[in-house]
Amino acid sequence: MKNAFIEIKNGAAIPRDEIPHLPFNRVRDLAVSHVKNGGKVVQFFGYEDQGTMKFMTVLRDDKLWAAGCDAPDSYPSMSCEAEPFHLFEREIAEQFGIRPEGHPWLKMVRYQPNERDLPDVFGNDYSEDIPGNYPYYQVQGDDIHEVAVGPVHAGVIEPGHFRFNCIGERVLHLEIQLGYQHRGVEALLKNPAPKRLPIICENIAGDTTIGHGLCMAQAVEALTGVTPDKGAKVIRVIALELERLANHIGDLGALSGDVAFLPPANYFGRLRGDFLNLSLLLCGNRFGKGLVRPGGVSFALDDEMRKILTDRLAELRPQVEHVLELLFSASTVRARFEHCGAVSREDADHLGLVGPAGRGCGLPYDVRRVFPTEAYTDIGIPENSKTTGDVDARAKMRYDEVIQSMEIIQSLITRPIETKPVMPGNYRLAPSSFVVTLNEAWRGEVSHCLLTDDAGQIQRYKVKDPSFHNWNGLAMALRDTGISDFPLNNKSFNLSYCGFDL
Amino acid sequence: MESILLWLAAILIAPFFSALILKVKAFFGGKKGPPLLINYYTLIKLFKKGSVYSNSTTFVFKLGPIVSCCTALTVLLFLPIAGFDPVFSFKGDVILVLYLLGLGRFFTIAAAMDTASPFEGMGAAREAYFPILCEAAMFMILIFFYRITGMVQLSAFFAGAGTAGLWQAAGAPLIFIVIALFIILLTENSRVPVDDPATHLELTMIHEVMVLDHSGPDFALIELGSFCKLFFYSAIISRLAFPFDTGIAGYNLGIFALVTGCVYLVVGVTESVIARYRMDKVPQFVLTSFALAFFATIITMEFIK
Repeated sequence: MKNAFIEIKNGAAIPRDEIPHLPFNRVRDLAVSHVKNGGKVVQFFGYEDQGTMKFMTVLRDDKLWAAGCDAPDSYPSMSCEAEPFHLFEREIAEQFGIRPEGHPWLKMVRYQPNERDLPDVFGNDYSEDIPGNYPYYQVQGDDIHEVAVGPVHAGVIEPGHFRFNCIGERVLHLEIQLGYQHRGVEALLKNPAPKRLPIICENIAGDTTIGHGLCMAQAVEALTGVTPDKGAKVIRVIALELERLANHIGDLGALSGDVAFLPPANYFGRLRGDFLNLSLLLCGNRFGKGLVRPGGVSFALDDEMRKILTDRLAELRPQVEHVLELLFSASTVRARFEHCGAVSREDADHLGLVGPAGRGCGLPYDVRRVFPTEAYTDIGIPENSKTTGDVDARAKMRYDEVIQSMEIIQSLITRPIETKPVMPGNYRLAPSSFVVTLNEAWRGEVSHCLLTDDAGQIQRYKVKDPSFHNWNGLAMALRDTGISDFPLNNKSFNLSYCGFDL
Repeated sequence: MESILLWLAAILIAPFFSALILKVKAFFGGKKGPPLLINYYTLIKLFKKGSVYSNSTTFVFKLGPIVSCCTALTVLLFLPIAGFDPVFSFKGDVILVLYLLGLGRFFTIAAAMDTASPFEGMGAAREAYFPILCEAAMFMILIFFYRITGMVQLSAFFAGAGTAGLWQAAGAPLIFIVIALFIILLTENSRVPVDDPATHLELTMIHEVMVLDHSGPDFALIELGSFCKLFFYSAIISRLAFPFDTGIAGYNLGIFALVTGCVYLVVGVTESVIARYRMDKVPQFVLTSFALAFFATIITMEFIK
């Protein structure tokens, strides 16, 4: 591994000719053995380079490793030996028509025709516009019944199709089919105007605006050689933590609502709004849109605003702690959360779960600790994980992270923050370069990967939302769980549809 | 005549009482909550609308709401309200009342199955299962009442001096019966912790999921029926909780309305302070009512003869 792959740094650009270009079989063998030995896949994607198909592989353990290779027309699937590749292989098959032979479950990811006009790997007819036009996994038997939910759901949520195979109230298998929100984000990111790039990235998943915005900004900064000033780094961390707070608190409220325990559901609903309003204070947008821009942030945080932020947090913190106490001390709530939808550590490891969902299963990986960027380099993020892997663990991870995030923000705003707001402007990306950025957004590891060509144009912009890893975790959590507990499990993961569908 | 007026008044006031639950829940959630007349507005709105029917449904689907509403209204005819004699009463009417409610449920379930929706089938299975457990408890309560009064007639238990007589005969075990009836009320009327009437999540629903496809006047009938059903159970508990006769009809009615309101408030408080049980734990909760009624009956065997 060490000799063949090159070690790269999170958010540091390297020239493309420094990345080892290996024969495919060598990459395959090394990658499989790396994952078998506890490594994880950060990125594995295809791209077209001067008429030939190539693969790029980025793996992680406590370091990041990268290598490229020429893509074969078809190859023996790695998923059989190392499960974390399975969705990446399906994605490549869908985007470029390259078949992983012997893949255990080769099905479409987002229901889009491949870019190279090759015969479709899945045999789909894309003139039919229903992603659900596909024979679902079936369980047969006298007492088996199938429940189909979605893509249109009750309530204002994103579209996705869930197919349950049940025996009575017990779920034997859940199959999730997404793709209804596919907007072609990666195609839009092929050489957008410099002013459009941040806007597209912020809207990959609206609830992870800062997470995706940061990945984009760091990548562009690495490729332009710009370093944001210290104040901007602090403001970015504050914004990311505020995003985490608002979403975690919203999730805890929703979890409470799903077990019909209304008081915390209502209080958390209001508190979520309060934290969104703090983002509003930072940049004029409740979701932080327009704040993070390549080169820094577009709004400064003066002392007056810092004081408002300090006062508001001092006011909100006891309220949050009180409602957390109310939720977690209710025995009827604990009876619902505990042992519900447990994913074992082993399964989580095979699926490559990230974020609070992964940490709830005992995988302590946190990008802020392992590959810190921005002001996180100065903040000690403690290792934190639970062992039970159930709804309770995922809820308690959020509990811990809510408290931790408030502490981080409170400690960051004690000192004056000076920064020069950046104006949107043109930039030139370094030609023939490569950069990977990772950030711990509230759902987990967000990663963007940029490849530029000889002229400094974006040749491939690969986006990976944490939901890409975690949707299979939800399917796994539902095994042998009551179907009436599905909404609760779904909320405890609260994954992104649009982040997955791109 | 008096009884018929009371019957009409009960139907008219039932939606108001149900709004009390919403108010209490809103209070616990730190909200203002909907107006107390919300259910009337909803009913009027629904009656003004048209109904939409799926092509795949048959007449059974249209029959469901009518039957379930009619049975609920009919059941109220047999209920002694505030200790007054009911409109109809005969020996053994309790059995009729219980199975009228069962008939209403049967048609709701049949209408749900008629849509062939997997959700509604699931809801129907749950709706068929939990009331079976309730029925066991109901009959145990009936045996209890029969042992004390020697009658199987609602008016013998709840009209005139009958209820006060129950307390004199078996006060302590009657407390169990009140609690058992409250559990039955929560189960039969799809309240938390058995069901969540406020959820939008089809997979967790019991009653609500079965009526998802009903709309307009049909849905209004279902709503009206469920208000009346809840009133039926609350009125029984209220009468048991306050069995005294003041001698003045107006006072009796006033106190009855007040105590019935309190029963609804208790339902609201229950819904606010506990989360819903997991679906597979619900039978244990429902069977608690049976255990309590059984225990109360055993006590009467030993001491009252």
